[in-house]
Amino acid sequence: MFSGPSAHAGNVDFVMFYIVSISVVLLLGITATMIYFVFKYNRKKGHKPKDIHGNIVLETVWIVIPTILVLSMFYYGYMGFREFRYVPKDAFVIDVVARQWQWQFKYGDGKTTDTLYVPINKQIKLNLESLDVNHSLYIPAFRIKQDVLYGIKNYMMLTPDELGSFDIACAEYCGLDHWQMYTKLVVMPQDKFNEWYNTK
Amino acid sequence: MSNGTIAIAEKSFYEVSTNKHSGILSWLLTTDHKRIGIMYLVTIAFFFLVGATIGLFMRLELLTPGRTIMGAQTYNTLFTLHGVIMIFLFIIPGLPAIFGNFFLPIQIGARDVAFPRLNLLSYYIYVIGAILVLVSLFIPGGPIDTGWTFYIPYSIRTGTNVSMAIFAAFVLGFSSILTGINFVTTVHRLRAPGMTWFKMPLFVWATYATAWIQIIATPVIGITILLVIIERVFGVGIFDPALGGDPILYQHMFWIYSHPAVYIMILPAMGVVSEIITTFSRRTIFGYVPIAMSSLAIAFVGYLVWAHHMFVSGMSDTATWIFSLLTFIVALPSGVKIFNWVATMYKGSIDPQVPFLWVMNFIFLFSIGGLSGLVLGSLATDVHVTDTYFVVAHFHYVMFGGTGTIFFGAMHYWFPKMFGRMYNKKFATISVITFFIGFNMLYFPKFIMGYMGMPRRYYDYLPKFAPLQEVSTIGSWILVGTIFFITGYLLYALRNGPKASGNPWGGVTLEWHIPSPPPTENFEEIPTITHEPYDFSQLKEMEYDK
Repeated sequence: MFSGPSAHAGNVDFVMFYIVSISVVLLLGITATMIYFVFKYNRKKGHKPKDIHGNIVLETVWIVIPTILVLSMFYYGYMGFREFRYVPKDAFVIDVVARQWQWQFKYGDGKTTDTLYVPINKQIKLNLESLDVNHSLYIPAFRIKQDVLYGIKNYMMLTPDELGSFDIACAEYCGLDHWQMYTKLVVMPQDKFNEWYNTK
Repeated sequence: MSNGTIAIAEKSFYEVSTNKHSGILSWLLTTDHKRIGIMYLVTIAFFFLVGATIGLFMRLELLTPGRTIMGAQTYNTLFTLHGVIMIFLFIIPGLPAIFGNFFLPIQIGARDVAFPRLNLLSYYIYVIGAILVLVSLFIPGGPIDTGWTFYIPYSIRTGTNVSMAIFAAFVLGFSSILTGINFVTTVHRLRAPGMTWFKMPLFVWATYATAWIQIIATPVIGITILLVIIERVFGVGIFDPALGGDPILYQHMFWIYSHPAVYIMILPAMGVVSEIITTFSRRTIFGYVPIAMSSLAIAFVGYLVWAHHMFVSGMSDTATWIFSLLTFIVALPSGVKIFNWVATMYKGSIDPQVPFLWVMNFIFLFSIGGLSGLVLGSLATDVHVTDTYFVVAHFHYVMFGGTGTIFFGAMHYWFPKMFGRMYNKKFATISVITFFIGFNMLYFPKFIMGYMGMPRRYYDYLPKFAPLQEVSTIGSWILVGTIFFITGYLLYALRNGPKASGNPWGGVTLEWHIPSPPPTENFEEIPTITHEPYDFSQLKEMEYDK
């Protein structure tokens, strides 16, 4: 049900679905109750209003239940984040260099491109660095982003399990042509990638 | 009682000057909290309309892909100005400066705030700050284009008038601090006899909690701004990594103020909601103490969640999960308030008049805003949707759907009290409905676009976003049209509306015990408080419109 171009994307969609489902139930519950009360206790019906100052049981219930709900949301969110931050030792490393207003990807053998080519089913570590102002590497289809700063080394993990071409955007405002900092992520089969990687 | 006090009571504060001047100077040099409140209203409403108009132009540019009416630099300037004006000139000062000034002293049975002259000074500091913002638009260098967050290093590198614009925010901060000090002192020192802490109306509680945040948090932004100016002017390396500074430190310092500032914006609105719900349900508030305490809890925990704006900035993973956890905790007191408000309607006698309809609007829109905050508090999802339209939608639902909606709610609730006239209720009811439609058309598609991966602060967009962008822009026409329509019929009612009585809604807090508009020093005699704030059995002895 929750699948994407990576296992992580599916997991993020699950967390989203979990939080949104609970939220929709709460929102509809609150709204329906409110509208029901407006009709039920409408002044036109001539009820005598009743002063109820509170109810300790209710107050406890609507603190404890939401606490449990939000802690569960925290837990799922944290687990998803942890898997995103985990760096295995044998990850394939690519350096990402951002500047106003373009991306550059540098591979171990000195190859430099402006499109990000990666092999499928490989854990890839992107080392992020900016040459000027703040940028943010954002790959919406994979549900991931990380700020790219000058002088501070950030990284991002990516493990694609679907072939194809995906958008990469800059998500941190970086000046005049911020909106044009789009490029592509291309996920290739391992043999095709090797072929591309080994041609000068 | 002497004849003199009766004579004062007969004349409203519009007719009696509190200084030796008459005409315009009797306003510009006034120390009357009500006149200062009205001056704030005029000034702040003006900037709100400017900010809304800028928003309208931004949406117009986004109506079609590619260039529609302006270039990228203009667009970048407009979204910065929209943010700066709406945040610093409208929503932070908005409710406390207008309605806090006008009603906080009356609701606690005082003749004025504790420091009336300081109050006038706060107003002029606000005006100076506002003028500085305007000046920064027209001097060489060009209007600021950094976004309202002024993130470093871009704000150090850009050639636009950053120093002037952020100095304006620095000046505005002092206005906020002084107002905060004034309100805290007023609440501590000037409560009428019998007005114990737990007999204060909840609007007073909320404004009081807000005032503390204003006092404690605002200096942080002041210091941060000074450091940025020093860095820009003298090239001292504080935040800019090229000079050996730390750009993440800037983000921390900016949000240590700007996140609590979110609660400066929303808390007074929550106070107004408690007032309106009780008056139109004609019964006591459900859970007075939990509501009052949740204001304080929000004010306190609100300090400890700032770094949730920075989950992808590269700060440590430990800090990241701690701030995520604290962010979920701060959601709870807001939930407590919502539940108590809805419970207050239970077994009431509900008359859904215009202000009540605004509150219903608020509860729905603010709930969406708050619940969407859970998606942003959760780490896995925040990484995906932060810095996208999802965030834009979230904070417009919270700030505009929350505070903005209640700005209109408070306006419609207290208008007859402030001006002694009633507006056209049919127009007002229509406006609530068109506001609701326009608002959701404008902002709801942004949740979807955000999840689809539309980054914020983009001059242009990929073709797949075109249909939703179009819906959003059409929503902006309905929304801004409604705002101007409301402005129109309220201005019309000022002169031509039917005269309002002292208590058109059947409210029982102190402002409804005095004439509309109130006399200069509010009360002939300082009242002695014996009732709880929302004890509607008092209505038997009061005059009100049945």
